[in-house]
Amino acid sequence: MSTLLEVDDLRVTFPTRTGRIEAVRGVSFSLGRERLGIVGESGSGKSQTGRAIMGLTPPQAEVTASKLAFDGIDLLAASPRDRRALRGKRIAMILQDPKYSLDPVMSIGRQIVETLRTHEKVGKAEARARALAMLEAVQIRDPARVFDLHPHEVSGGMGQRAMIAMMLIAGPEMMIADEPTSALDVTVQLDVLGILDRLVSERGMGLIFISHDLRLVSSFCDRVIVMYAGKVVEQLKASELGRAQHPYTRGLLNCMPKIGADRHPLPVLDRKPEWAV
Amino acid sequence: MTATHAGLLSRRDWLLSERPASRMQARLGRAYVAWRRFSANRLAFLGLLIIIALLVVAALADVLAPYSPTFGDLKGSRLLAPSAEHWFGTDDLGRDILSRVIFGSRWTLYVVILVAVIAAPIGLLVGTVAGYAGGWIDAILMRITDIFLAFPKLILALAFVAALGPGIENAVLAIAITSWPPYARIARAETLTVRNSDYIKAVQLMGASPFRIVLRHIMPLCISSLIVRVTLDMAGIILTAAGLGFLGLGAQPPLPEWGAMIASGRRFVLDQWWVAGAPGFAILIVSLGFNLLGDGLRDALDPRSGDQ
Amino acid sequence: MTAALSVDRLEVVFDRFRALKGVSLEVQSGESFGLVGESGSGKSTLLRAIAGLAPAASGSITVNGKKLGARRDKAFYREVQMVFQDPYGSLHPRQTVDRLLQEPLAIHGFADGEKRIQRALDEVGLGTGFRFRYSHQLSGGQRQRVAIARALILEPAILLLDEPTSALDASVQAEVLNLLEEIRRRRKLTFLMVSHDLAIITHMCERLMVMQNGEAVEHLTAGDLVERRVSKDYTRNLLRASDGFVRA
Repeated sequence: MSTLLEVDDLRVTFPTRTGRIEAVRGVSFSLGRERLGIVGESGSGKSQTGRAIMGLTPPQAEVTASKLAFDGIDLLAASPRDRRALRGKRIAMILQDPKYSLDPVMSIGRQIVETLRTHEKVGKAEARARALAMLEAVQIRDPARVFDLHPHEVSGGMGQRAMIAMMLIAGPEMMIADEPTSALDVTVQLDVLGILDRLVSERGMGLIFISHDLRLVSSFCDRVIVMYAGKVVEQLKASELGRAQHPYTRGLLNCMPKIGADRHPLPVLDRKPEWAV
Repeated sequence: MTATHAGLLSRRDWLLSERPASRMQARLGRAYVAWRRFSANRLAFLGLLIIIALLVVAALADVLAPYSPTFGDLKGSRLLAPSAEHWFGTDDLGRDILSRVIFGSRWTLYVVILVAVIAAPIGLLVGTVAGYAGGWIDAILMRITDIFLAFPKLILALAFVAALGPGIENAVLAIAITSWPPYARIARAETLTVRNSDYIKAVQLMGASPFRIVLRHIMPLCISSLIVRVTLDMAGIILTAAGLGFLGLGAQPPLPEWGAMIASGRRFVLDQWWVAGAPGFAILIVSLGFNLLGDGLRDALDPRSGDQ
Repeated sequence: MTAALSVDRLEVVFDRFRALKGVSLEVQSGESFGLVGESGSGKSTLLRAIAGLAPAASGSITVNGKKLGARRDKAFYREVQMVFQDPYGSLHPRQTVDRLLQEPLAIHGFADGEKRIQRALDEVGLGTGFRFRYSHQLSGGQRQRVAIARALILEPAILLLDEPTSALDASVQAEVLNLLEEIRRRRKLTFLMVSHDLAIITHMCERLMVMQNGEAVEHLTAGDLVERRVSKDYTRNLLRASDGFVRA
């Protein structure tokens, strides 16, 4: 399996008035053409890890790594221009809420066409045809109608599909999805995951799926990384989640209510200070 | 030395404590955080120093002023240039301009404080009530506000003074009447952003009356942006008061009000520039002080950045 | 057993949009009742209509045998209290925990405020160390505990819970759910709880109502859900979705 992304000892530090805060403290992993889940609670650094790979860390923060390479390109040494060219064309990102990621004053179709034309030299007619095909690929039933709609005129699930279509139009090799379905209803959530799953396996993309939902991630991904306080506490195959070693992973799995498990009170997570060391 | 140092340190820790032990400590802690943010801003601090200097000068005018502000030596000292004896020179009636500027600070403060005390609460009340009540109450209150806003401020103030008669009290009243509408606008806008928030809903669910909600829960949220706005407007108020004084509709002679002083000095402005120049410079400095202070307060009191 | 809360053919209309289309339910005293549905199902609107935060166009709401009018009186608020979904939005940003808890006591004229505040804080597991903090000095879970303390301080009999844990991390969610259960047992409270998560509802409630597009889909018991005895496709879909992703 070819390695698409290599991350070694990634650190993200934010300066604040009271001192420096390390949001990510030495994260290492590699990604092939597979589905990798990154799971953690708020403040675990999972989102900052995704942003650092994307190059979307806020300017005041400092990103260091002994290695951060995408397909052999050193991302930290690359010029801002090169990174911009990589973003969208070869690496794409989906965020939690499509409402904030889509331009509210431009129709969905035009946004997809614009994205395509900034990365490839294609004629208008061809771009439109490809955008329509892409909308169809994300299972939008009436692509021609949705093409002309504005983001506020579609539902959350539809918006997220449009967002995925926009991100996939340039044919990226790697995609980072940061809580892509958390704002959606459960049934819509599964539809969107199904679409993502199919696209990833058909196109042979590498996917980093960032989420707080350990059970959802383990049912969707091939491998899971569990983060706590900016560090990776455990890396394991999704199918072996039941055999997780780290007490944090086990606690996280246990504390969620399950249908049919009559546990009163629910087991709570007893956070040990040594986990954060 | 080390003992006081340790004392200072622990007092700071006490103020910044994450778990205050009393209401007082929590309040002081919050004020201290705002003060730290304010005093880190050098220009704002300069503004505060100017305003404090104004207060001191106004309070100690009797002691500081070397001569009487109203009686001059008509015979020997008319229109003297600045000298060691008369730092800012003398005016056409032989009065010492420095003394008049010093006493004039009282009138400036009088105008500024009275206007703020009258206009800000009116604006706050109208704005929060309109914003919270909505419906026809909102429509009526805001249309009244619009009517006031439709006139240029100075023209409207002129009309009021003309109707009420010249004099500094009437000038204050006129300025206050014309300066509350922007405050009402601000208060209403702030109210609209918070009225549908869950924490206001929660207070409604306690069974609180609308009056109590506006007074105790909405007004405190509007006050900081209002304070900032009022401080920034202070310069404008001083200038409007000076403008009315200049037009002869504000303070009447021989009151040493800065605007009136400029008005009487304009006849000699080409040859005896100091007669109009000194009060003009005083207005400039004090306006600048209020503006700098307002800018600093905006950064220190902004509730959005205040949640650190 | 008497019905602590009953809702009869309740309709709520916002600008000609029918958010609730004639929903009826009955909650017994001491019972925990769940409302499940996706966004737009009207489950939160139903809760807000009961609290008096959404206007009822027709139908009736009865609390402890007393039919509610368009305006709620003070006695109602001592009977029914609510915990909101977003702990970051439901606490006043300029008030300390102390002030937040004092407000309901002041409105209802309680004299023993000091004692009640101490007890409420102890009850939600915060202790007096948190009493003079501002909400921005609290974590999400601590904020939600303060919100629960505020709802409990008037000693209501019915607690309306609007997705009280959906904004919290899973581990904090477990703590808050445990706290709610414990309080319910100790104070013999009646719960009406809204959630989109079937697992939480089956964990917390004895009976539930599935809602969709402002209408009731079906009434179930928690046992029905555990044994998957459901009759409507919509509920079946929800159940399947809560199992997580299954590769086709």
